[in-house]
Amino acid sequence: MEWTEASVRNELRSFLEANWDPNSDLLDWRNKLIDAGWGMPSWPERWYGRDMPQSLLSVVAEEFASVGAVTVARTGIRLLAAETLLAHGNDAQRERYLRKILTGEETWCQLFSEPGSGSDLAGSTTRADLVGDHWIINGQKVWTTSAHHADFGLLLARHDWDIPKHQGLSYFILNFHQAGVEVHPLRQMNGHASFNQVFFNDAKVPRNDQIGSSGDGWQIAMTTLMHERRNAGNIFVEARRRGDFEGLIYEHEAEETKVVLAPYTWYPLRAGRVDIVLPRASDTGAINNPAARQEIAKLMIMSRCAEWTALRARAAQQQGQPQGPEGSLGKLAGSNIARQAAKVHTLISGVDAMACGNDSPESGIIAEILLSVPAISIAGGTDEIQRNIISERVLGMQKEPRMDTGPFKDVRKN
Amino acid sequence: MFAFTDEQLQLRESVRRYLIDHATVSRTRELMDESAGFDRLSFQGLFNELGIGGVHIPEEYGGAGLSYVELSIVLEEMGRALYPSPYLSSNVFAANALLLIGTSEQKAEWLPSITSGERLATVALYEESNRSIVANIEQSVTDQSFTGTKSFVLDANVADVFIVVARDGFDPVNPLRFWLAHSNDSGIQTIAMESIDSTRRIGRVSFENVKVERLGDRNQDHGGFGKFIDFASVALANEMVGGAQWLLESSVEYANHRVQFGRSISSMQAIKHKCADLLLEIELAKSGAYRAAQAIAAADSAFPAYASIAKAAANDAYMQAAADAIQIHGGIGFTWDNDTHLWFKRAKSSQVLFGTSEFHRDQLLDRIAVLEAD
Repeated sequence: MEWTEASVRNELRSFLEANWDPNSDLLDWRNKLIDAGWGMPSWPERWYGRDMPQSLLSVVAEEFASVGAVTVARTGIRLLAAETLLAHGNDAQRERYLRKILTGEETWCQLFSEPGSGSDLAGSTTRADLVGDHWIINGQKVWTTSAHHADFGLLLARHDWDIPKHQGLSYFILNFHQAGVEVHPLRQMNGHASFNQVFFNDAKVPRNDQIGSSGDGWQIAMTTLMHERRNAGNIFVEARRRGDFEGLIYEHEAEETKVVLAPYTWYPLRAGRVDIVLPRASDTGAINNPAARQEIAKLMIMSRCAEWTALRARAAQQQGQPQGPEGSLGKLAGSNIARQAAKVHTLISGVDAMACGNDSPESGIIAEILLSVPAISIAGGTDEIQRNIISERVLGMQKEPRMDTGPFKDVRKN
Repeated sequence: MFAFTDEQLQLRESVRRYLIDHATVSRTRELMDESAGFDRLSFQGLFNELGIGGVHIPEEYGGAGLSYVELSIVLEEMGRALYPSPYLSSNVFAANALLLIGTSEQKAEWLPSITSGERLATVALYEESNRSIVANIEQSVTDQSFTGTKSFVLDANVADVFIVVARDGFDPVNPLRFWLAHSNDSGIQTIAMESIDSTRRIGRVSFENVKVERLGDRNQDHGGFGKFIDFASVALANEMVGGAQWLLESSVEYANHRVQFGRSISSMQAIKHKCADLLLEIELAKSGAYRAAQAIAAADSAFPAYASIAKAAANDAYMQAAADAIQIHGGIGFTWDNDTHLWFKRAKSSQVLFGTSEFHRDQLLDRIAVLEAD
């Protein structure tokens, strides 16, 4: 059937009227959504969806928001796992995992980065050796958000060391509930421990839990990362619930959200908290200091122009115009803004910038910003990698000569 | 609001194609050595062939009746092509002064002939006292007569009429006003000033007891001068981002062909990262310039703040592009024969006209209340 905005609204409204109850059980409600196809309407009908175009999802979000209806579980890495399974998994895997991803019963994490392979993700040295009906996994992953409460992980590991590096990778579903997996928190320079290190010591993956075939790992990982970037871009499109809604179901949802979102509490700080610059500049009188004024204005200009650039990219996309360069620049712009914000916060605070106790500026927020900003130009693709991508894919410049072709076992490693 | 319409994209395309044919760098280099400084034939084509003499001027005055957004598209293409012409001074700055401040009689008298290219007008603004802060003008008009010297007057050598910015000597608060003066008045003397940017002509104009006509009604101001400056900054910013984009493209093209150490320098991160950073800075500046033009077109009250954002961002992006372009070209980029320096010089002349980045950044914070509220 051909969806239109009106047909989506009509059908969803009658569904919500008939079924939505803020005092229902969270799990029951989500199963109802999944069965009706209103959990992930853009997914295929065969897999809990309604084959709806992406462009109508904002209409769905609005309808949910207007009555305060809770959605299927969408936080953290879970939807990346689901999209990856939809794209590359087999039916048995989809049957086993998709529903419990959406109900929130099972949580997932992404096992990609390693101590020895950061920007060079394809340089993974975690081993996967097939013994009988199981893949035996040995090695270490790092920067794994949510690993400490994950049930499953999306694992990129190497099954073949005699072929070039991208070809020797495979993709697995790793069950965390086993003896061969150990999770340790990783403490960051800002004091938080939002990530983990995960150690595999003869951990086991049943053959059935390999996604795709041996050698497909890199291609499947690219699918996961593409969805990660897309989600990051869409984060602001989500409609907010209007008004205050009360009911038992919100308490359950809040408990779940609290656990999953805990690692992300400092993310606004690493982006520089541009929003508090002007009020603080006024309060402290820095707004009257000519040198500070210049730097504050630079920040405001950068940040405004970056917002407008993102809007330009979105508008062009909505009009069906070819993707211009403005779409790939957001991450690098974000790093520049965060760095400039840190500079401005320092200028405004003066010697206070080193204080971090309760009697420090904004109860330690400023210090925490200054210690969080260095992460933004590294996480999710360093500035340097972004510049490579921009110069090669947008500007059509040439790649660096490679030193890592040929059999992976002969490539220099850490 | 943030995407160009198909009509706007077509306008851009037709201006670009016209300028590729009529504004070649070799022709521009010839014009740099000629006294008029622009090609009258190709300039007339803007009016006769392209019909862009009055993009944002209402149809009743012979214009196309479009908005500042379309005007900005035209200017961006002219900046890209480094097209030397009095278009900015006459069809944009002088036309803006008339549009913003002129009475309907004055608009009817002047705009149609400016729009058709028959007459050239220019705004005489700068004097000794206001080299860095545009509003610090000291000279005044008394008894409909002006005596004083204006410098950095764009295209003064070819102007038929000057729109002089001077204080009203009779008004006790001495406000800044605009005054019309015919260039054939015997009290006017124009001397060409030498500029590093030979693609944009400037002159020093001395006025000796020149009879002037007040632009607009005596009792109405509507913040005319401030608006004029902001509109001019936005026009210039849009022209500038076009030039910056040309510099980036020419640098990338050069890097792709230049071989050192046995490989293309475009494969070196030292070069390609510079280009990626530049692309980002230029795209941000474009967004600022486009947004400010939209704000003017929509009579959005935030336009003064956006104008400052646009000009400061364009200043920095264009100068960065110019400096990087020379660096990426290496030694050849410092030669006269290579074209990069022509855009470098245009970047410099544009940077200092209508406010440096420092000026606009400082001004932005005074205008920020509007920004915060939206």
